[in-house]
Amino acid sequence: MSRDAMLLVDALREPASTCGLDAQGWAALLSMARAERLVGTLAARLASEAVPGRVAQTLADARTDAGYQRRAALWEADCARRALADYDGKVVLLKGTAYVAAGLTAGEGRHIGDLDILVAREDLPQVEAALLAAGWEWVKPDPYDDAYYRDHMHELPPLIHRTRDRMIDVHHTILPLTARRTPDAVGMMVDAVYLPSRLREGLGVGPRSSIAVSGPPPTPPASGRGELCALSQPDMVCHSVAHLLADGELDGGLRNLWDIHCLLSEFAGADFWTQLRERASHHQLAEPVGRAVRLAHQLYGTEIPQDWMGQHWQDRYYAARMTARDGWGRQTRKLLRLAFYIRSHWLRMPPLMLARHLWVKWRKGQASA
Amino acid sequence: MHEFRVQVGPAAFRIGSAWRAPIAQMAELYRDYPHPDFTDFTVRLEPAGWLRRWLRPSVAIGGDYMLPDAAPLPLAQGLLAAEMAMNLQMALGWRRHLLLHASAVERDGRVLVMTGQSGSGKSTLSALLGARGWRFMGDEFVLLDPESGDAVPFPRLISLKNSAIAAMQASAPDARFGPLLDGTPKGDIRHMVPPSDAIARMGQGGAPALLLFPRYGYPGAVREVAPGETFMRLTQASTNYVALGEAGFTALTRFVTSVPSRAIDYQSGEEAVALVEKLWERLA
Repeated sequence: MSRDAMLLVDALREPASTCGLDAQGWAALLSMARAERLVGTLAARLASEAVPGRVAQTLADARTDAGYQRRAALWEADCARRALADYDGKVVLLKGTAYVAAGLTAGEGRHIGDLDILVAREDLPQVEAALLAAGWEWVKPDPYDDAYYRDHMHELPPLIHRTRDRMIDVHHTILPLTARRTPDAVGMMVDAVYLPSRLREGLGVGPRSSIAVSGPPPTPPASGRGELCALSQPDMVCHSVAHLLADGELDGGLRNLWDIHCLLSEFAGADFWTQLRERASHHQLAEPVGRAVRLAHQLYGTEIPQDWMGQHWQDRYYAARMTARDGWGRQTRKLLRLAFYIRSHWLRMPPLMLARHLWVKWRKGQASA
Repeated sequence: MHEFRVQVGPAAFRIGSAWRAPIAQMAELYRDYPHPDFTDFTVRLEPAGWLRRWLRPSVAIGGDYMLPDAAPLPLAQGLLAAEMAMNLQMALGWRRHLLLHASAVERDGRVLVMTGQSGSGKSTLSALLGARGWRFMGDEFVLLDPESGDAVPFPRLISLKNSAIAAMQASAPDARFGPLLDGTPKGDIRHMVPPSDAIARMGQGGAPALLLFPRYGYPGAVREVAPGETFMRLTQASTNYVALGEAGFTALTRFVTSVPSRAIDYQSGEEAVALVEKLWERLA
């Protein structure tokens, strides 16, 4: 495997590895990190390293930006909480917003774009109506896309807020309905834990919180209404893995794998690894979870138990795909990326359906051209 | 990749290009600027499609920070593509200062800031003043230091458009100009190398003393602008006000409460320069 973005992987895994970098090396590292949306994470990791003066300033800029993204993400989550204050069911934060709201290391310096929430599928009409009433509106008012999302996807078509210009993705499960694997979304909702309500002030929480420490989950507030949740520890890892390996083409793979590395390192403990094994097979995600654990270990040096170790002949292609980025921030390994692109569609839907979908999309493209 | 490094004010860029021509043009126009080892941002000029390196070559504007829907430019406008990409890196990535979309000139250590929409004439006006005893500090961005409140220069190449090109060639016959780029999305564009003192002193900031909102093409007039309105207009003119959070709010509050501001209308460069001198005399 050629090196490519291993420079970035090494810097994240072992911050001291950057001490030998020259100006050229730093320029390459920063461009890779920005392209992979990991520059805030890198800046957080290098906070106590001695780096050249200009680099220190660039990293300080990245920390400023990560602080803003964290603030904006928590604010947006709180806006959703208020919009759904009359809704009785659980509202579960996913991905980046969940990590910062729960005070997890995966959230440190993390880039956060859209707000992702998970709600019970049968409650979608109620949740949708509440969000529309609170100022969110549809991004793509296209009947085919709308029907496609509703019939086959794991989320509503994306909504954007009229005045704040921020997107929300409302999920009802974690993989497309047409995907070969069908995780148990209902079980995930049942196990989801309430976040400390300090989030309500839009301030977020300290570096560690109930979800990070082991022990019984916090008792839900009296009614549970108007409080936000996060997935249980093993389910959080399962979702992160589903997002990385069972869906999509591994774009942004290094960042998603870094999330997984942080979650595994923070949750680690004998019970956790057993629970993870159980939950992964329960969600039909045993194989991708096993692979993600191995890849995190191989790339980021995550400490994992002996029985999770091993090597599959395909692992190296995943690693090569994830590090396909050169020192100018350009994507490399075109054929490999194409292969993973085809794979992502293969995983998402059966071949006949894929053919029909591409046909409709192509005709629409022709019509609008 | 053909590579070129340049520092403009406090920011250092690495520009990579699939073609030699844009790099050669930059090396010539930026020859008196520092060429640093360490850089803040990377800019990429790449073929917009796999055939577009050779056949009707077309430049995709790329870099560390990008806009998803940026239209490619023909290779003849490669220099413009590089300039646009450098501006984009600043607008989307710079967090050390509060960034105002404005031009600035300095005299006696005090700074005149001019802001307005594209076409307001702020760029041409700063170039004109730069040729008449003021120190040119920048025609695109003014950087406000959150610590000191000072305006920090960003004296990139001056981007002259349409009728301003001939006007500046007449006003500053000794200046160096880049190639004429005709038929760009903004009409004709020609880059002008800032006066030598602007480059030599690009590390020196100054205290802001007057803010103007110029507007070209209207009969001469001066209006007061209240601090509240100035504040709101500058939040619109800033690319990173929101991202800086409290530091941005503090810096902007300090600016609008300590710097007088006026809106000026004018119909010719001469008229504008006279108006500026008069206001500077009275207010700064």
